[in-house]
Amino acid sequence: MGRKLLLDKAHIEGIRYYDTYRSNGGYAAAEKALKTLGPEGVLDEVKKSGLRGRGGAGFPTGLKWSFIAKPEGVPRYLVCNADESEPGTFKDRYLMEFIPHLLIEGLLISSFTLGANSCYIYIRGEYAWIPEILEQAIAEAKNKGWLGKNILGTGFDLEIYVQRGAGAYICGEETALIESLEGKRGNPRIKPPFPAVKGLWQSPTVVNNVETLAAVVPIVNIGGDEYIKYGTGKSTGTKLISACGNINKPGVYEIEMNISVEEFIYSDEYCGGIKNNKRLKACIPGGSSVPVLPANLLLKTAKGETRMMTYESLADGGFATGSMLGSGGFIVMDEDQCIVRNTLTFARFYHHESCGQCSPCREGTGWMKKVLQNIENGKGKMSDIDLLWDIQRKIEGNTICPLGDAAAWPVAAAIRHFRDEFEWHVANPQESQTRNFGLAHYADPLPAPAPAAV
Amino acid sequence: MAVVQFSEEKLNKVKEIIARYPEGKQKSALIPVLHLAQEAFGGWLSAETMDYVASLLQLKSIEVYEVATFYSMFNLKPVGTYLFEVCQTGPCMVSGSDQIIDYIKNKLGIGVGETTADGLFTLKTVECLGACGYAPMMQLGKHYREHLTPAKVDEIIAECRSKANAN
Repeated sequence: MGRKLLLDKAHIEGIRYYDTYRSNGGYAAAEKALKTLGPEGVLDEVKKSGLRGRGGAGFPTGLKWSFIAKPEGVPRYLVCNADESEPGTFKDRYLMEFIPHLLIEGLLISSFTLGANSCYIYIRGEYAWIPEILEQAIAEAKNKGWLGKNILGTGFDLEIYVQRGAGAYICGEETALIESLEGKRGNPRIKPPFPAVKGLWQSPTVVNNVETLAAVVPIVNIGGDEYIKYGTGKSTGTKLISACGNINKPGVYEIEMNISVEEFIYSDEYCGGIKNNKRLKACIPGGSSVPVLPANLLLKTAKGETRMMTYESLADGGFATGSMLGSGGFIVMDEDQCIVRNTLTFARFYHHESCGQCSPCREGTGWMKKVLQNIENGKGKMSDIDLLWDIQRKIEGNTICPLGDAAAWPVAAAIRHFRDEFEWHVANPQESQTRNFGLAHYADPLPAPAPAAV
Repeated sequence: MAVVQFSEEKLNKVKEIIARYPEGKQKSALIPVLHLAQEAFGGWLSAETMDYVASLLQLKSIEVYEVATFYSMFNLKPVGTYLFEVCQTGPCMVSGSDQIIDYIKNKLGIGVGETTADGLFTLKTVECLGACGYAPMMQLGKHYREHLTPAKVDEIIAECRSKANAN
């Protein structure tokens, strides 16, 4: 069994409530942080831990925290990004629903470290039942003296508020989230200035993902040096993976970042293999934005090495033959799944979610959707495949925020690895309406050297 | 037309929300207050409702309209008593959401975006709601209905009908 740091106590009955959380060692890290370590001490431990942002980008958290500006007399803010919306990702929901005090404790330690006296949890609007769970946990913590004025007699004050969004993927981007929290449309801001200098209400602000902030608790408890013993290389600690698609046991798993992709998919401890004894065709390992990989490139890298569930190994080979760990939204597709249709749903998603500020994204996502719709409906032309390639290339890198890249990558990867399937759709417009291309050669052992990118 | 006016309780809630932000930053309360308004005034936001919210928060009406039109959870036209919001993005699609959407369409005799003649049900397709491991799924009011099958959809429809009859 893999060791756990976040969900080790998630199954204890009543852990959602303060008394149970506290009697199982809860708030010990907060006490250690406030009374013993101090802000500098916590920052050192977080830096030593190698913790990387768990929302998808994987940016080192300690470094992000060290960027926060500290002008005299200006408030600083911590904003918890709970706008979990990347297709395939549902891990933060689990954490907030089942063990909310872990997040509250993480917010307390992190706010203390950053010198923030107000902290906002921005949660996606559709998770409409979770704010009550969080607000109850906040009220309990406040009642026991962990929030409010002069916490533990240290002179540190903190209030935590929960703010619901209203249905906009883009608000997971930190500057769009800040705009939304200010009561505006979720249009990302041009950076610089970065939020660490001018964020919420033009004040220095750190925005971190739910899982990242929760991970601060075990880091303070066991120390950064101990934390790096979980995981491999620069993928330190544990990661929540939300597994879905055609597998026997979909759900949220906490893994040590030292297991193979094959073990994750096939072992009974995790996904339990492909559903209905089907064969694995493809997988999107880190949320819909990251490149889809065919089975043969998923389980082994192009160099023939075992692919591991780490930031580095999943990215091995770059976009030519690799993907990304991303948010940990692990989407598995069996031999009956159609890559064209799947890619179309993502193109439709990004078109729906584009904020519309940048024309390459606003227009390009719509074009990609329409071209994919034609191919899917048996009205495609061979030249459409190159057209799609061309459109995605013109979106990538040409937008204010990463939504453009996120929309381009799934289309690029689908064509890069599954071009045969797109061509088959175009060449067989009628047959493609009644059956799928199937597994084809996508699980065959790779010839060496690996195929080059398109 | 009924007068758009929050109850005393809701007005207190609005005050409590505004108090979460620094002085003068009451615009931040806009999205939470629009949620309250949509709940209070029939499940959608009319121009009158939006103007009312603007006056409560001392904003220009346009500031409210531009926000209400941006976020997909705000309904800008009337919807049925029970709004079925069925996810159709990749992970749900590979788990059979297309078939569930077709089943609901046939069962209720409406298309996507339409409301049944009795005003009870509206069907809407939505993009990823973060329940990918429990697919196919839909949002119904505040909660998610997951692991949908045709039989489960039948149960949900029956449940809504009996609730409507009880009212």
